[in-house]
This record gives sequence, C-alpha cells and structure tokens, in this order.
Amino acid sequence: MPYVYIDGKKFEVADGQNMLQVALSLGFDLPYFCWHPAFGSVGACRQCAVMQYKDENDEKGKLAMACMVPATEGTRISIKARQAEEFRKSVIEWLMVNHPHDCPVCDEGGECHLQDMTVMTGHTYREFRFKKRTHRNQDLGPFINHEMNRCIACYRCVRFYHDFAGGDDLQAFAAHDHVYFGRYEDGPLESEFSGNLVEVCPTGVFTDKTLKQHYARKWDLQTAPSVCHQCSLGCNIIPGSRYDKVVRVLNRYNREVNGYFMCDRGRFGYEFVNSPDRITNALSRTDRSSDFEQVDDNAALDAARKSLGEAKGIAGIGSPRASLEANFALRELVGQDNFYSGDSERQKTLTDEVLTVLRNGPARSASLHDVEQADVVLILGEDLTNTAPMLDLAVRQAGMTKPAHNAKKIGVDHWHDAAVRELMQGERGPCFVATPTRTKLDKFSTRALRASAEDITRIGFAIAATLDDKAPAVAGLSDETLAFVEAAAEALREADRPVVISGTSLGSRHLIHAAANTAFALCKEGNAAELAFVLPETNSLGVSFLDAPSVDEAFEKITRGDIDTLVILENDLYRRIDRATVDSALNRCKRIIALDHIMTDTTGQADVVIPVAAFTEGDGTLVNNEGRAQRFYQVLSPGKAPEESWRRLLALAGANRRNGTTLDDICSQLFDTFPAFGDRLRIAPGARFRLVHQRIPRASHRYSGRTAMTAHINVHEPQPKTDPDSPLAFSMEGYHGKPPSSLIPFFWAPGWNSVQATAKYQAEVGGPLRGGDPGLRLIEPRPDAARSYFQPEPKTDSSGNKPSIVPMYHIYGSEELSSRAAALATRMPEPYIAIPSADRESHEVSEGDMLSLTIGNREFQAKAVVRDDLPTGTIGIPIGLGPFVGIDPNASVEIARGVTS
Amino acid sequence: MFSSIRSLWIVFKHMFRRRETVQYPDEKPYLAPRYRGRIILSKDPDGGERCVACYLCAVVCPVDCIALQATEDEHGRRYPDFFRINFSRCIYCGLCEEACPTYAIQLTPDFEMAEYHRNNLVYEKEHLQIEGQGKYPGYHFYKVAGLKIGGKDKGEAENEDKPVDIRSLLP
Ligand code: SF4
Ligand code: SF4
Ligand code: SF4
Ligand code: SF4
Ligand code: FES
Repeated sequence: MPYVYIDGKKFEVADGQNMLQVALSLGFDLPYFCWHPAFGSVGACRQCAVMQYKDENDEKGKLAMACMVPATEGTRISIKARQAEEFRKSVIEWLMVNHPHDCPVCDEGGECHLQDMTVMTGHTYREFRFKKRTHRNQDLGPFINHEMNRCIACYRCVRFYHDFAGGDDLQAFAAHDHVYFGRYEDGPLESEFSGNLVEVCPTGVFTDKTLKQHYARKWDLQTAPSVCHQCSLGCNIIPGSRYDKVVRVLNRYNREVNGYFMCDRGRFGYEFVNSPDRITNALSRTDRSSDFEQVDDNAALDAARKSLGEAKGIAGIGSPRASLEANFALRELVGQDNFYSGDSERQKTLTDEVLTVLRNGPARSASLHDVEQADVVLILGEDLTNTAPMLDLAVRQAGMTKPAHNAKKIGVDHWHDAAVRELMQGERGPCFVATPTRTKLDKFSTRALRASAEDITRIGFAIAATLDDKAPAVAGLSDETLAFVEAAAEALREADRPVVISGTSLGSRHLIHAAANTAFALCKEGNAAELAFVLPETNSLGVSFLDAPSVDEAFEKITRGDIDTLVILENDLYRRIDRATVDSALNRCKRIIALDHIMTDTTGQADVVIPVAAFTEGDGTLVNNEGRAQRFYQVLSPGKAPEESWRRLLALAGANRRNGTTLDDICSQLFDTFPAFGDRLRIAPGARFRLVHQRIPRASHRYSGRTAMTAHINVHEPQPKTDPDSPLAFSMEGYHGKPPSSLIPFFWAPGWNSVQATAKYQAEVGGPLRGGDPGLRLIEPRPDAARSYFQPEPKTDSSGNKPSIVPMYHIYGSEELSSRAAALATRMPEPYIAIPSADRESHEVSEGDMLSLTIGNREFQAKAVVRDDLPTGTIGIPIGLGPFVGIDPNASVEIARGVTS
Repeated sequence: MFSSIRSLWIVFKHMFRRRETVQYPDEKPYLAPRYRGRIILSKDPDGGERCVACYLCAVVCPVDCIALQATEDEHGRRYPDFFRINFSRCIYCGLCEEACPTYAIQLTPDFEMAEYHRNNLVYEKEHLQIEGQGKYPGYHFYKVAGLKIGGKDKGEAENEDKPVDIRSLLP
C-alpha cells in the first residue's frame, strides 16, 4: 500500500489507482469531466489538473492531470497550488466560451456536473466577446433528448456508448471545436443502454425525454431507494416523483448488482405506473357478463370477505411479479394448503430446478459484478440482451478482464483506458455463445453457435464431459458443435474465474442441468466457477423459496370441483398458461377476487377487483436471480395511491388485526416461517431505525413549493404523512447526512448536485458503498457437497417433420409491465411469426405474408418474418408480443395454409 | 426626576413639528418602484410569456410559497403549465425576483392585498400575469438562450454563429 502526499499531507492508499481516484476517495473536491470510475482515464478534458512535485525539495513542480498520475509510493501533488487552481478555472472558462445560456431551460440544471465544476473552480463571468458555435440537434427516439449546443466534448458519451456498452450508432463527428456527438442520421438510439447517457454525460446534451414531459428539478423530487421490477436481475434504482406522479427513474449505485448503469427497459419502463389502465378504484360486479361498477374500497373488501366466507374451497394464487410480503400475506389469508405460487407448472419446475442447483451445488451464483470480473464466459441458450439486459452489459465488460490482466503484466493499470484499449487492439477475453438465434452478444464472443434448445443442452453436457470424464457424455455431435465444445472447454479449463450463464427462457430443464454440469465440472477442477441463471420475473426466485404448488395444480382442483373461489394476486394468468385452459378454469369458479395495480385479461375476468400499489407506491422485498434479497421502498406519499397488496390482504384476513399491519410485522412473520431468508434486518433496517433520533428524508433539503402545491385545494398545508413501514420520511425534514446504504434515497453532497455525488457515498471511489452494498445473499454454494452430475436427456427423434418453437424475446415487449409504458411501447416490434429461411419454400411463405398457425390448439395470426439465423425445423414465436402470451415453448406448432398476403 | 421633566419637554416640543401621519387610504403614500409588494409575472418585449418555468424562484423562496409545473409548446418553448403563489405565506423578501433569470417574476409597490379569507390569497398564473414588461424592459431570455423555439432557429440567438455543418472538415 503506497503512501502519497496531497497538499503536504501523507496518506496511505490502495494499490493500482490514479491520483484523481485517490483524491476523491479521500474526500478532496477535485473537478473532472472525462474520467469516470467505470471507464477509467484518458486525460482528455484537462480539468483535473494538479501540481506534481518530484520530491519534498521540489518547489517548482509541474502541472499534471491527476487522472493520469499513478498513485505510486511517494507521489506528491498539490490540489490547492495557485497555478493548478488558475489552470482549472481557465479550463472551465474555455469550455464555457461556446456554452449556451440555457441553464434555466436545461433539464440537467440542478444536477449538472458542469454547473458544479464551474462553481467549484470559481469561474463566474464570460469575457469572451465573440460568437458562440451552435449545432443542430437530432431526434434520437422516444427515450433521449438531444441538445448538442451544451456539449463540452469530454467524450464520455462515446466512451460509454461505444467503448463500454458496445453500441455502434453513436459517434463523434466533425473536427476541432465543431466536434459533434450523435448518430449518422436521426433515429432512435439502438443500444439497450442508451438511457445511461443521461447520467454519463456531465451536461444537458442527453436528457431523459420521459422526464421532459412533466419536468421537475432534482431538488423537487420525492425519491426512495427502489429495485427495478422489469426483469430478474433486480437492478437498484431511484424513482422520483413530483406532485404525486412518478416522473423518472435514475440508477442507484450498488456495486454488486448494477453498478453505475441500468438498461432502458428499467429506466423508461416505469411509465406503466402512469398508464391509463391503472386500477384506481375498486371494482365489483354481480355476474361476469355485466360491467364492473366502481365501489369504495371497504365495500370491495367486504364483498371479498363475504365470498371467502361462503367459499367451498379457496385457492390463493401468488405471483412472481409481487413482493415476498404480498405473497406471504396471501398465504396467511388462505392458509398454507390453499396457497399456489403463481407460476405455471412448466415455469415453476424450471425455477425450482435453478434454486436447487444453486443451493446444493458447489458453484456460486454470480452477481452482475462477478460476471464483469469473469475471464471466460459461456452462455447457453439465453439471449441476454433481451431477457436480462444488464447481464449482457456485464458480459461485455467481462471481455475486458483478460486483456486488462495482460496489460497489468506489462505495467499498464486497468484505469489507463486508452492505453489498455490500444494494447488490446480489439482483442477480447474468451466468450462462447450458443443460442437458437442471433444475439447482440455474438459480436463480442469468441465463438457463437446457432443451435436448437436441445442441441444447446447437449453442448453443455458435452463441455462438462470434456472437462471432467466423470460427467456423463453425449454422443453424435456435429463437427461444428464439437469444435465449439472443444474450444469452450479449453478456454474454461484455463480460466481463473469462469462463469456459465443460462436460464429458463427456452423452457428446458435439461439446459439448466447442462449449465450446472459444466460449472460443477469446473469446480471439480478447482476453479471457482460461477453460475448465473436468468429467470423470467423480478421475484421468480423469491416465490420459489415459498415452496408452493403451481397454478396448474390449482386449476386441477378447480376442475375436480374442490375449489370455487380464487384470490389472484398481481398476476395475469393468461400470460402463463394457455388461454383456453385459463378460461375454462376461471369460468368454473364461482367467485374470483383479483388484486392488481393494472387492468389485465385476468382482472377482466374477476368479480371483485381490489386496486393495489404498484412498485413505486409500496414497500416490499424481492429476491433476484442471484438469490439476493433486496428491499424497495414507497416513493409516493400514502393516500395518493392504493395500498400495498400485503396490507390489503392482511385487512382481508381480519378487519382489526392489531399486529401484522406494518412491513416489519409481516416481515418478521415471513422470516420466522421461512428461515431460509435469514435475518430481515440484514436486508434493511427496520422502521424504528433512526439516525440522531431522526428519520431519513425522501426529499432534498431544498424541496420547494410546500406551502403552495396544494394551496388551491386547501390553503392549510397538510401534515406530512408518517411512514409506519420504514425509517424514511415523506418530507424534507430529517437527518441529512449519509444514511445506511440500503436507505439512500438520492445521491447528493455539498457542491456535488449531479449523480457524480455517488463517490461521496462509496468507501472508495468505484468501490462498494459505505457499510457494504445493499441486499442480502440468501444462497451460498456448498463447495464440498457430494456433487452428482445430472444425466442428459435421450436425444429425441427428430425424423417427424413437426416444427418446434423457438421462443424469441424482446427487451421492449416481452415483459408484461414495461410493455404498458408509453415511450417503451413505441419501440415494441409488431407481432410476427419467424420462419427459418431454409424452410421458407417448404412452408410456402415469403416475408410479410399473413400467416396463421396453431400452437397446441390455439390459433394465431401474424405477419411472417424470414430469418436466416433460425435453425431449420423451427418456428420463432415472439414471446409476449400481441397475442403471443401464455405459450409453452414445448408445445406442438403447425402452420395452417391458405392465408393471403 | 430630571429625566421625567426632560421627557415631558420633548413631547411638548413635538406639538410644533410637521405632522407625519398620512391619511391612508384617502391619501396614498409614494412607494418607490423597487418597493416589495404584490408579485406579478411579466411578459417579453414581443408579448410572449417571460417565465420559462425554471423553478429557481420556487427553490429560493424561504417559505416555499411558489409552486409551478413546467411544460412546453410544440416548438420547444418552455413555460409554466400552472404557476401558483400562496400570498398568505409570502414574506415579500424579493428573493424570487433576485433568482429569476428572465426578469419574469417581479415585486410591485402594491401592498393592498388584505382579504377576509386566506384562500383568496392564493394567486394562480392568470392572477399574476400582467401584459407588460414591468420594471425591466427590453430583456428577452429566448433571444439569448441557445434553445430553438418557434420563430427562432438554431444560430439565430444573439451572439450566435450559424449551426456548423458537421460534414465539413473546413476550419
Ligand atoms: S448543461 Fe449544465 S451548465 Fe449547461 S445549460 Fe445545462 S444546466 Fe446549465
Ligand atoms: S455529449 Fe456530453 S458526454 Fe458527450 S462529449 Fe458532450 S458533454 Fe461529453
Ligand atoms: S436489467 Fe433488468 S433489472 Fe436491470 S434495469 Fe434492466 S430490466 Fe431492470
Ligand atoms: S425564476 Fe423566473 S423564469 Fe424561473 S420559474 Fe420563477 S418566474 Fe419563471
Ligand atoms: S478528468 Fe483528468 S483530464 Fe479529464
């Protein structure tokens, strides 16, 4: 651990850092633009200038860019030196020469890094008397607003978009002070991570278009720590609300999970909470053929209670998109024997299998951060870009692990971004992708193979067998497949930290086994192999912990006549099970009580609909694909939206229960019942937690308009609501210091109004948050477990010419809730049926034909799309788009003829 | 004893001074233009709404009595959708006027705002907006800002060059 000197003081610092990092970690305020903790240094903006001295006798020193000075033993710099201060001030002055007079109408204002740095350096007056350079803007699609005049040419945007996230369509154009950051022509940014530009760009060039529609400043937002509900990864987020409406979502740093970034589905998918389809009123009707009538909540609860009392048999159907608490409250209401997990039998088997593998196997479940650190990646069957976007981004980073190691060997630190990339010459660490269709990750892989789900399974088993001869082997692989297997096995064997990624999206249990075998075989070789499985929904794994039977079993009992009343929790059954099956089951039920926040086909079949909170309106706990339990908190004040479903369910269970009405109460019952969840207080502090006897405010200390925002309704200001469930306050009053990491409602520090304030919350810049990253890992591997390998399935006879389904996923459209978000919906593809180009003739279809096909015994119609990447003998079905919901990938499919184009 | 007599003497002397009491409301006092009374929202020299909904007045207000919501017209010009001042809370400190980057919000020498009901002191935009430019004639924020709005393209603001052609390599 080297010692360095800053302004004459001696500090011990971590190895392999640069002086900017070191200074920021030590709490110095040193301005910067081009450096970013995730991308490293390029020394381009000249903003972080300091004086560097040779030794204690050097009085002259030289100007150096702190971000390019390695923090080696005895490095001496001065931040306060007059020359350095003046230099930094002039740099800002030069940047401001062309800067427009826009702050009042700029969406970055109030959280603008350029504003902060200008104030920090002390530049106050523009003395340049010549004309300002101007630019035309581009239309970059529904997510991002472009205002090029404000650019300071720090290159962070392209370094993120192109270098870090691997996007192609955002580039630097033109030369000298005309340099322009945009697309070749107008059009939506293609990257799934484009929303991060909002946070990466230190100015107002790229801003959030969904926020612009109801713009509010950062200081006016009521925010709370939350967790993205739009896929199984559970990225940490900060939704912000103004005037009781959610207006934007920002990333919330958690190094173990999403770090500094998140995907566009998560960032812009929040808009479903403002959808016109939201259920705001309780609905009730006497028979299902009549229309709903709006009733008041208590009447609906009474009606529901009455139905439950009269029921012959009840089933409570939980949901993998609802919190643990909500599912548990339902279980409490209907009783353990009548509680069903909310997943279809098909999906439940898969998720349970994942849980078993992670729990009992020797391979550790990988967090996103672990995947980034991996040096060899094997992906079996998952189209990560579309099923778990941030995992895709993590894999792209993993490609840098090995080159960065190599650079280190010749003395180039990993933060030396330009140098490392120069050294790499485009080389990336080994990554092997086997999927049925083209994925965006192919471009970043060493080898990408197209194969059917069954073949991918066999590939996984074959790799395991190559790594360890005790693992069961498979025979009859094609040459191409064999080459892939050999190459992957060799790279994995060499790896220090390999990770195997798979998931349930192809609907194959054997695929999970194949991935597990590979990771187990690697563990046997003594490698710390990790496993990451992608699951379909935000709380899929959490629900699996509750160990309840599937919806299919409930349906069976309905058919048998044992059950006549259903309580359905935040669940659209039509998205899980075949329409006809759901219809017949629901039709047999006498009473259906649905709790949800948005109208779905299932709530449309209910007798009583009880409105509940969406994720921004309530608290709860989720378990992500890693097995990390994470808490999300209510953003909107109580009374502005329906209550959480767990509250409603507890109210249903007993009108005046004294206990069990706060989050802490239900959590402690839940955690007592299921010891696997560990200690609830290690996930987040309880509601009684206080800092200096104070709550943690959800709003900044400069939250404005308190005495006017509701004055038109009543001139007497309402008292802020108290939060019975968390130590956070619905107010600007409270403890304004740094809260525990799981309770950070926004990142802010004096002089640091932008997201760059995150550094002040980290133990060291770019490292974990102080006090550890939030969330509690529930699953740890059992390295010495007597591991037994899974057996491969016998090869099915493919001589029959029935085609099989390839489920195709879309980041915009395949997930239920985000597809109801306004901006996101405009990026959803039209429903289609994908035909392999090889089979085009035999099916007699061409691109654009209207095609009709049957899956199981349900008929679908959509336009044909011919794809050259689909394996022959398959048909690609876009899961979640239009009518394509509730599809079993293993069902039989047949093309019906005679449809006109 | 002496001080009592002195006090009596001073009071007695005042009987011959000029009267300072003004017969308000029959007689109106003169108040300088910079007197801080009822707040108004002014207009641009060309009659457009001056307020650009930047929220700076709201955030600087020590009693938080200004609330507004920004919105935009179809050409990108930002303006407040609603703008509300709760004068029953306002302390007429004038900080909003100081903070306003567009000279939109101004305090006027009108202090006669007494009401029987507090809720009559809640002013909406239509009550605040005046037709003229108020104390600061001539300033037009959008003519200075780089944002493109209806009737003003990129490069047409004061002190701006024409937009660059990014496909040209000429200096
Ligand atoms: S980018 Fe920052 S400094 Fe520039 S106009 Fe916007 S808020 Fe002001
Ligand atoms: S657009 Fe933003 S991130 Fe990109 S160079 Fe300009 S200021 Fe930097
Ligand atoms: S990757 Fe998943 S959890 Fe993360 S932001 Fe995207 S949708 Fe949300
Ligand atoms: S400070 Fe001026 S421009 Fe900004 S919101 Fe207030 S009145 Fe409008
Ligand atoms: S941050 Fe060091 S030069 Fe830009």
